[in-house]
Amino acid sequence: MFEGLSDKLSAVFDRLRQRGTLNEADVGEALREVRLALLEADVALPVVKSFIAAVRDRAIGAEVIRAVAPGQQVIKIVNDVLIEHLGGEGAVKLALNAPPPVAILMVGLQGSGKTTTSGKLALRLVKREKKRVLLASLDTQRPAAQLQLAQLGQSAQVPSLPIVAGETPTVIARRALEAGRREGFDIVILDTAGRLAIDEELMAEVQAIRAATNPAETLLVVDAMTGQDAVNTARAFNEALGITGIILTRMDGDARGGAALSMRAVTGAPIKLVGVGEKLDALEEFHPERVAGRILGLGDVVGLVERASETIEQEEAEKLAAKIAKGRFDLDDYAAQLRQINRMGSISGILGMLPGANKLMGKIDESKLDKTVFKRQGAIIASMTRIERRTPEILKASRKKRIAAGSGTTVQEVNRLLKQFDEMSGMIKRMNKLGQKGLMRHGIGALMPGRRPPF
Amino acid sequence: MALGFISRLKEGLARSTQKLTSGLAGVLTRRKLDDEALAELEDLLITADLGPAAARRVIAAFRRTRFGREVSEAEVKESLAQEIAAILAPVARPLTPDPAHKPHVVLVVGVNGTGKTTTIGKLALAWREAGLSPMLVAGDTFRAAAVEQLQIWGERVGAPVITGPANTDAAGLAFDGLARARAEGADVLLIDTAGRLHNKSALMEELRKIIRVLRKQDATAPHSVLLVLDATTGQNAIEQVRVFKEMVDVTGLIVTKLDGSARGGVVVALAETFALPVHAVGVGEQAGDLRPFAASAFAAGLVGLERA
Ligand SMILES: Nc1nc2c(ncn2[C@@H]2O[C@H](COP(=O)(O)OP(=O)(O)OP(=O)(O)O)[C@@H](O)[C@H]2O)c(=O)[nH]1
Ligand SMILES: Nc1nc2c(ncn2[C@@H]2O[C@H](COP(=O)(O)OP(=O)(O)O)[C@@H](O)[C@H]2O)c(=O)[nH]1
Ligand SMILES: [Mg+2]
Ligand SMILES: [Mg+2]
Repeated sequence: MFEGLSDKLSAVFDRLRQRGTLNEADVGEALREVRLALLEADVALPVVKSFIAAVRDRAIGAEVIRAVAPGQQVIKIVNDVLIEHLGGEGAVKLALNAPPPVAILMVGLQGSGKTTTSGKLALRLVKREKKRVLLASLDTQRPAAQLQLAQLGQSAQVPSLPIVAGETPTVIARRALEAGRREGFDIVILDTAGRLAIDEELMAEVQAIRAATNPAETLLVVDAMTGQDAVNTARAFNEALGITGIILTRMDGDARGGAALSMRAVTGAPIKLVGVGEKLDALEEFHPERVAGRILGLGDVVGLVERASETIEQEEAEKLAAKIAKGRFDLDDYAAQLRQINRMGSISGILGMLPGANKLMGKIDESKLDKTVFKRQGAIIASMTRIERRTPEILKASRKKRIAAGSGTTVQEVNRLLKQFDEMSGMIKRMNKLGQKGLMRHGIGALMPGRRPPF
Repeated sequence: MALGFISRLKEGLARSTQKLTSGLAGVLTRRKLDDEALAELEDLLITADLGPAAARRVIAAFRRTRFGREVSEAEVKESLAQEIAAILAPVARPLTPDPAHKPHVVLVVGVNGTGKTTTIGKLALAWREAGLSPMLVAGDTFRAAAVEQLQIWGERVGAPVITGPANTDAAGLAFDGLARARAEGADVLLIDTAGRLHNKSALMEELRKIIRVLRKQDATAPHSVLLVLDATTGQNAIEQVRVFKEMVDVTGLIVTKLDGSARGGVVVALAETFALPVHAVGVGEQAGDLRPFAASAFAAGLVGLERA
């Protein structure tokens, strides 16, 4: 039911790929699909329009007409324009070159993730850049908001400004910078209350805070699942405060993240970081080319390679890739995969990074693909005999009962595992087929550490 | 809760509709409803987050009856609102605790930051004002200061809050909460939960566990499972509803933050797809900022219709 942008675009591009030449009508048809897909991905309508116009301009030109493989060419153009509109290649760093204490102001709508991100950012700056960071909550609005930041500070082992009841946000902000100066902090992160872009009173308040603290960075924290309103919010905050960067939270969800494109288009400010979980270390750099790849269904191959080389032992990866390439693997391989996955993150995350895999993802029950489930599944497989692992077809009721008892699980769970194994081997077969067609060209190969990603 | 709700909802929605109002005015001041005009109307619905598919369906139905007519702006808005209200009317159903249950157990779920805890505070106030005695369970044992946040809400609205030590098992706490609510004769038990993304199956399993454990005491509990949606959310809301419904049998929706510039048009697609009741909408951060979901007022808001 839920069809991602990747699916849509691969469908269009599959058709394009099959044609020898490309004319205006083809481009038009493809762009109608691209438009629809972008809208479904929550890219704001005005942004979709200018994006489509930019692609059209470039596509219906000599570039495409003379191209050898027009379909490929259009894909490349869409991808290129998307990367450009997302900010061009590479991550943009925080600009913290100012005399200490450098203020960072966190702003955004209610519930967008400002407080959590403040904690994450503090941890990151302390750990990676060896900065002395002070956290300060100016949120006098939401119940227990100041306490929330203080507790986050505690778990990140980053000091936070002592809470004084009854102070206004501006007073707290001044006190924070004062403490920063006095106690020799490099950076003071100012977390603010969530506010609506149309709430004039609260927008004026945050303007006053900005004026009082002169932050080096004013970061707009936005939920990745934001819809069309992204443009209103981005515009209002940018006009009021002059946003210097955007942080996109909840990228660990399954929203397509069209808001990234909208926000960037409206503010011109770079997306600097993304939140990928609730824990304090779940903050990553934003790489436009990766997100464009994710949006276009080309897959976040770069991210995959990076993560894979961090976590997978080369040898094991090669063995696995070889098995997968052969298109058949047994429960032992499945168990080996489970171990890999436990190290790399969720399988959906991994598959999501593979070119074309999005298409297949819809067919797997994602709720059953999860690390904790995998641990139990590991136990189930460990309770099987060698023969059973090689030829799961022989597993009938009595064997299943024995295995369930042996692994402390239930027959249902054993069945579920077997079903999942079936699905996965089926999927791997399909992935291989796609591979031959070219869609997967870089997918599994890219699993091998050290190989250069295709784009 | 029902008193003068249309005017109060209108007040909450007024600002959010200004943009679309001016858009429509610009587009449709006295003109023929031709393909171009209809396409522009469709665009306006898309900017209200209906999503391209739902916007197309609404406009297609609209086209059948109105195509080619010479219309004024007011007429076009009125009839478009009616078209949308007809989709929404069946799902506009308030939530009334069933007195047969002592307590009526309400489990509140949703992705992170949508307004679950705040909505619990608001519901507790509304029910207290209706003469019921609500009790709250601080079931978000994960997020920093989530317990304290609900405790403050409990003080504000005069409802006892059941808490456990940090990182307690939410299911165990819910169980204890239900036991206490039964012992003390509470009418409603509102259980807060930690926000969770629907694509994290381990976290969704946790919610199922809460339900399993509640059923050990009361096989019919929870009597309501409310999914709280943020109006700012785009098309991902559809996936949220699909998964939460599948995993925890959501019985109704509450849409928050409608006091902002987001119009929450995805509710139209949700009504078409899932037909789950929409019980109420949040229009502010204060305890009193909860309104019943009224189909015609909401539809009017979506198309930017000013109505007396
Ligand atoms: N403007 C506005 N803000 C709201 C509304 N409902 C909730 N909020 C705000 O949104 C933010 C998040 O609300 P919470 O109730 O903490 O949300 P939650 O779903 O419990 O969040 P987590 O437990 O962190 O997942 C808070 O700042 C609330 O004040 C509403 O209807 N309008
Ligand atoms: N899954 C996920 N949850 C997040 C992320 N960032 C924040 N959250 C959660 O979103 C909710 C609201 O975050 P909070 O920082 O309180 O938002 P604020 O109101 O803007 O300060 C909390 O439940 C957080 O745990 C993220 O990147 N991923
Ligand atoms: Mg906060
Ligand atoms: Mg909460």
